[in-house]
Amino acid sequence: MGKNQESGARGEERAATYLLSQGYVILDRNWRVAGGEIDIVAQESDGRVVFVEVKARRDQSYGHPLEAITHQKAQRLRKLALTWLISHNSWSSPFRIDAVAIIGTGEEFSLDHRKAIA
Amino acid sequence: MTLAKVQTISLNGLSGHLVDVEVDISDGLPGYTLLGLPDAALSESRERVRSALVNSGAPWPNRKVTVSLSPAWLPKSGSGYDLPIAMALLIAQAIVEVSCIESSIFLGELGLDGQIRGVRGALPSIISAQQRGVKQAIISFENYLECQAIPGIELIAFADLRELLNFFQNGQLPIREVNSKVEIENEATKDLTDVAGQDLPRRALEIAAVGAHHLLLLGPPGAGKTMLAERLPGILPELTIEQALEVASIASLSGTNSARMALDRRPPFISPHHSTTATAMIGGGTHFIRPGACSQANLGVLFIDEAPECSNGVLASLRQPLESGVATISRAVGTLTYPAKFLLVLAANPCPCGKYSGKGRGCMCSSLAIRRYVQKISGPLLDRIDIRIFVEPPTRVEMSAAELGESSAVVRTRVASARAAARERFREFPWELNSHIPASQLRKRFSAQKPAMQLLHQELDAERLSARGLHKTLRVAWSIADLIGATIPTLECVEEAYRLRAGTSEIL
Repeated sequence: MGKNQESGARGEERAATYLLSQGYVILDRNWRVAGGEIDIVAQESDGRVVFVEVKARRDQSYGHPLEAITHQKAQRLRKLALTWLISHNSWSSPFRIDAVAIIGTGEEFSLDHRKAIA
Repeated sequence: MTLAKVQTISLNGLSGHLVDVEVDISDGLPGYTLLGLPDAALSESRERVRSALVNSGAPWPNRKVTVSLSPAWLPKSGSGYDLPIAMALLIAQAIVEVSCIESSIFLGELGLDGQIRGVRGALPSIISAQQRGVKQAIISFENYLECQAIPGIELIAFADLRELLNFFQNGQLPIREVNSKVEIENEATKDLTDVAGQDLPRRALEIAAVGAHHLLLLGPPGAGKTMLAERLPGILPELTIEQALEVASIASLSGTNSARMALDRRPPFISPHHSTTATAMIGGGTHFIRPGACSQANLGVLFIDEAPECSNGVLASLRQPLESGVATISRAVGTLTYPAKFLLVLAANPCPCGKYSGKGRGCMCSSLAIRRYVQKISGPLLDRIDIRIFVEPPTRVEMSAAELGESSAVVRTRVASARAAARERFREFPWELNSHIPASQLRKRFSAQKPAMQLLHQELDAERLSARGLHKTLRVAWSIADLIGATIPTLECVEEAYRLRAGTSEIL
């Protein structure tokens, strides 16, 4: 595993921990289909399904991690979310697409949760 | 607060429109949306504002930023919105707290390092902001010098964003030496004493200056036409402060402001080359409509040397501003009006070779060529020129005369008192200058003495004078009367005016 993948995986782990602490239930992790991958699928206490894209960076020297989510990327996330819902037979449930930015390495990091990004 | 609003001003010609710059920072992916019909330079503001803020130690909101410029229907252009956008972002992020900026405007371009740069047209922007009740303007230090002269508005100038942050966070004004308002009086740099002899042209210049009559100088090369024309602004009365600001505003828009201070009281002297285009003369441009030479010469002198060499249409394009005193320019981006109340001076050689004067020795031009040459100055334009004279080369006696001619200062004093007399006479009328007396009033209220009118009517009957020509002659006669202190033009005044008008009729 490369350095970036490693930091990405650790970031997703941290995001999941954070979501659990906020009362979410994790339904799926790294769900992969031909069109791409959803990092985390969680569920809020009111039943809403939340699809979470996690972006982790060591620092901001290349800009804020969430800047890497372009309009196209957001559209793809939307498509993936619908695919997940259909394949899990819950196409009519309310859903939302969030992003979590993690900046920092080791124990020192900051986490930024943005709701309804697409 | 994630919502902030500051004001700036958008310029359309010389008049401005107050524009609200609203910034909203909301959750969502980092992004920047600019609303309100921005042009290319304005759309690039995002990168400038971002770098400038970050490099000045202020944070950039890594959230969804929406900037709205309202009124949304008004197309906006230029880089002057950088500073108001940056300021609104600082307020929205609660980096600075401001209590009363409702009556303030911000105007300036940002450098990537946070430097605040000047913008073109700052002077007319701030003037119209002041007219719209704005009490305070925050501008670049670069624009500060030209805007200082504007009364009734407080200016705060910063060289960069750090100074601005320091002011709004700690209330510290940057300390720097500021030269007080510089007034430049109409001290002629080119003086009439330099001109040897030339009694007739001197007299013609003086009369033209009194009534703002347009002037045609015909003469061989080297006779001193240009020399004389250049000395006309020096004998015009000083501009008032409002007039000086208007002239400097146009210079500021033309981008020639470095050459003109805001309180320069000297009437402008603009001499476009004869190869100039009608667009350069009247004004124009695709995205930004620049004032042309005739607006730069507003309240001063527009001198066109070698007038017959001008290409077709350039001189003709002057007819509209000559008639209305404004230049109206229509382009895809809109229609603009710039003031263009200039005194037109045309200079021309009498024939293509230039030697057809005096005894006409050495002139090889056929009479047809001579006629064709001067006819390039079209009849309708010529008709609007009240004073047409020959400028002969100075004679041997004049050149060797020991005593100097009258200085500009002496002539200027006479012109000023003649203008004062005219102003007094026209107190209850909407014009101030003799050349502006309407024809109906010339017949009713401002005709000349009886014998003088008889002379003019004789000439009219003999078809040597058109109806318009009669009126023009009368207007010049009033200027002559004002110079000699007469209350009504006498026969002598009218005769002189008629000579000045018909002086070149043998070839025109």
